[in-house]
Amino acid sequence: MQRQVALIKQSLFDQGYLDEQFMELEELQDDANPNFVEEVSALYFKDSARLINNIDQALERGTFDFNRLDSYMHQFKGSSTSIGASKVKAECTTFREYCRAGNAEGCLRTFQQLKKEHSTLRKKLEHYFQLARQAGPKETARRPK
Amino acid sequence: MATKSTGGIEKTKSTEVKKKLNVLIVDDDPSIRRIHEMIIKTIGGISQTAKNGEEAVILHLGGASFDLILMDKEMPERDGVSTTKKLREMKVTSMIVGVTSLAGQEEERKAFMEAGLNHCLEKPLTKDKILPLIRNLLGA
Repeated sequence: MQRQVALIKQSLFDQGYLDEQFMELEELQDDANPNFVEEVSALYFKDSARLINNIDQALERGTFDFNRLDSYMHQFKGSSTSIGASKVKAECTTFREYCRAGNAEGCLRTFQQLKKEHSTLRKKLEHYFQLARQAGPKETARRPK
Repeated sequence: MATKSTGGIEKTKSTEVKKKLNVLIVDDDPSIRRIHEMIIKTIGGISQTAKNGEEAVILHLGGASFDLILMDKEMPERDGVSTTKKLREMKVTSMIVGVTSLAGQEEERKAFMEAGLNHCLEKPLTKDKILPLIRNLLGA
């Protein structure tokens, strides 16, 4: 089962969903905090759901305050960068470029893609963490003494 | 509400009291606060967190002091620039390190430094980025 967990994790990197920052988080995980990465992911998905809701509401108003949208997305990007959510981060960057260009259609299109990537990543990570918990602690989760 | 993670003083076998690095983490993002908490813990420090600059100022008005403050820039209530300026006006001498995702935005980074930072690091923060500054701080 450990092997299955490792393969799933590798595929998340190979498919570009996660980057090396996720590995940095795993390096911080230790015996005293064996679910640290899952905990951080949960915090990220909870807070980013709030940001998505804010952006959805702002876009629904139809007035396109690009400064406000850019500000929300700056926050979203920072958060996504910190957990290694690579594809989500890339969509945040694209969205911000459209904001700077004042391109409302580009913003709308990119935001749909961003929500899709965010949802996909959440499901994949939930599956990964569920399997990881079933498999039990592994050597790489422990820091050397 | 600001939160505190662990106690500050530990005794060594020789009864010499060894002070742990005491850090304030100021960031409106809960996942980033948790990551920074863990980074500080793994390098042997203790930390408190504040959700925004206003909480950080209130902590200091209440008498709290820290060796190091990790300061985000964009925050509601009171942002990092305003908070840093305010803390320096209050004669806070802690090392204040800005932690920001402002790559390539030199003017904004400069303004943040001029507010009173000792250093500015780019997000995401890692152990490798913060360790040289902490060694410097402990060596001073």
